[in-house]
Amino acid sequence: MTALREIEFRDALREAMSEEMRRDKRVMLMGEEVAQYNGAYKVSRGMLEEFGPRRIIDTPISESGFAGMAIGAAMMGLKPVVEFMSWSFSLVAADPILNNAPKMLYMSGGQFGCSVVFRGNDGAGGQLGSTHSWCVEGLYSNVPGIKIAIPSNPYDAKGLLKTSIRGSDPVFFLESERMLGNKGHVPEEEYLIPFGQAAVIHEGTDCTLASWGRPVHFCMEAAEELKKQGISCEVIDLRTVRPLDVGTVVRSVRKTSACVVVDQSWSFGSPGSELASQVHRHCFDDLDNYVHRVHSADVPTPYATNLEQEYLPNARKIVEAVRSATYNL
Amino acid sequence: MTTLPPSVPSAPAATEVHAKVFGATEHLAPAAAKVDVPVERMKQWLRDMLLIREFEVRCMQAYQEKKIGGFCHVYIGQEAVAVGCTAAVEHRDPIVTAYRDHGHALARGMDPKYCMAEMFGRIGGCAKGKGGSMHMFDRDNNLFGGHGIVGAQTPLGAGLAFACKYMDEVIDGKPSSRVALCFLGDGALNQGAFHEALNLAGLFDLPVIYVVENNGYSMGTAIARGTTMAHSLVTKAAGYGIDGYVIDGMDVVDVYAEMKRIADRCRATSRPAFVDMRTYRYKGHSMSDPRKYRTKEEEEVFEAEDPIGKLQRRLQAAGQLGDDEFKAMQKAVRDQVREGVAWSDASPPPPLEELFTDVYLEPWGPYTGSAQPAMNGGTVNPAGFKTIDTKEELS
Ligand SMILES: Cc1ncc(C[n+]2csc(CCOP(=O)(O)OP(=O)(O)O)c2C)c(N)n1
Ligand SMILES: [Mg+2]
Repeated sequence: MTALREIEFRDALREAMSEEMRRDKRVMLMGEEVAQYNGAYKVSRGMLEEFGPRRIIDTPISESGFAGMAIGAAMMGLKPVVEFMSWSFSLVAADPILNNAPKMLYMSGGQFGCSVVFRGNDGAGGQLGSTHSWCVEGLYSNVPGIKIAIPSNPYDAKGLLKTSIRGSDPVFFLESERMLGNKGHVPEEEYLIPFGQAAVIHEGTDCTLASWGRPVHFCMEAAEELKKQGISCEVIDLRTVRPLDVGTVVRSVRKTSACVVVDQSWSFGSPGSELASQVHRHCFDDLDNYVHRVHSADVPTPYATNLEQEYLPNARKIVEAVRSATYNL
Repeated sequence: MTTLPPSVPSAPAATEVHAKVFGATEHLAPAAAKVDVPVERMKQWLRDMLLIREFEVRCMQAYQEKKIGGFCHVYIGQEAVAVGCTAAVEHRDPIVTAYRDHGHALARGMDPKYCMAEMFGRIGGCAKGKGGSMHMFDRDNNLFGGHGIVGAQTPLGAGLAFACKYMDEVIDGKPSSRVALCFLGDGALNQGAFHEALNLAGLFDLPVIYVVENNGYSMGTAIARGTTMAHSLVTKAAGYGIDGYVIDGMDVVDVYAEMKRIADRCRATSRPAFVDMRTYRYKGHSMSDPRKYRTKEEEEVFEAEDPIGKLQRRLQAAGQLGDDEFKAMQKAVRDQVREGVAWSDASPPPPLEELFTDVYLEPWGPYTGSAQPAMNGGTVNPAGFKTIDTKEELS
């Protein structure tokens, strides 16, 4: 038997874009350094050679301008993929991405949708300091009209990105620079992953751990540790936060009676607080304890390694939260 | 073809007022003598301008009667700009504008009843009552919206041009064949988005014409109080390598003639252009503006240059428009707008289910998909695929 094909997260992203560009000429990629430089994080490596400068477009450092331009092009019927070098820089494009893309269909009464994908790095962990470490899902998941995918592994990244590009609605696709080199199994055959379908990635009986994106790996670490301590965790990777697959989490919590939500955005008004609230509502009689939450600390992102590690969700904090949520075991 | 006598140049006193409002000292030479336009075409423009004027008057009335809510910005005084510019491009050329957008919608061919019903917040409106005065969209007439955030439409305009060019050249392998028109107010010159859009348009050779409807004011701020180089806005475009033009926006024939030349050139060269279109809004910024920032005398100077009166007088002087014919035109637009108002009154408010439609094309959770407004036949928008419905599953 041949070994399973393993590729890096960044390669999975590139395969998704390249495959969709081969099947649909309306798809093109634009962003800072995506063409000649091969992408600031090498996600688009080699795409310029294959698709040429009309479809792989280097833009100046004008996030508001090129985000708005992509939305205008999408209203006309193109399917642009826009790379933000970092989602932290999307803040200067707040008006186009939050005021135009999600609202165009609604305020035109169904006349103009925009099928556009914004993607790039999100989240802290590389000692980039306060301005470059945004977890924008905390802000943006509040906005109806967009979809948000936050994959944790190469397989999901590819399947979800293909779905994002092929779909009809605006998508924010959040990657993590910390994970771009992670390897994982990605089959040669084409597949798509629908939005709004969580994956139960580790089965367990005592506590449900629900997360998305990079902290899913911290949850798995914590689950290993807790197993040694005799606590069996069920780990769920939500994969998208809009739509949010509350159903899979609820089914799990009805079995385990305990739940910890792990979300690397700030706690106040976050996807994590939304999920916890929904679990409380749907599992009021099933829970043995309140839903615990592990977030980034409620402070600007620090630079020093030790502070940054203490700031982020990590396995230790998750273990503590699970032990608290399951104290009665 | 009939060549009209040129517009009468303004009196020296008027020139002084122009200089004060626009900070400019040059006087724009009438351009109309340069083109031959069939009289029937000019009469159509006169009708279009009369329609917009009448529509806006009824709009103000309806606002007083509280049939229209929110912000409402009327276009009275600027009619020649939308009418002349629209006439200078092809119907398949996309147009996008700001929130003072009723005139553009009507000039593009939207039936006034859909425009009025939109402001009344009725299901018959062009956006089913979900957009309002500032957000007029018309898919079939290639109007990509009125946009409420000052300057927001300027990158969109670049994107429309980008898509036109990409579709022609990259997808169809033909030469680029369309130009995009992007209107903005003078106030939008001070927004970052505008400068990013101009840089992108210049850099990527995008066939988009940025038409600044320079009415001398953004709300109560005279242009020179908020904008550098107000007397020579084209220098801003020059900084981005974009050709700039100054046009007398109070003369529809001038607007058409100059814009036609610019649009033809943009189409042929697939390059952007910038237009400082000198115009004036006769009414306040919105419905609640006492206009304390300008004088009655100043308003009178521009009222004397009313684009409607100007064209009417010129057609009459050339013996091409009888009094009866003009009266009939006025009556026709009055009837049309009155019918539009009655139609809007009769159109029901949007059913509450509309709250959750048109959020996503692909239905999920509480979102039920999307459908075109009645204006476009009301067809259901195609959804790509279905995702799970968590709400249903949990109930
Ligand atoms: C970003 C932003 N800031 C402020 C406003 C409020 N506002 C609406 S219209 C306007 C004046 C704009 O004037 P101008 O661009 O000259 O257009 P005009 O009203 O003259 O047509 C202002 C300040 C807004 N809509 N958007
Ligand atoms: Mg103005």
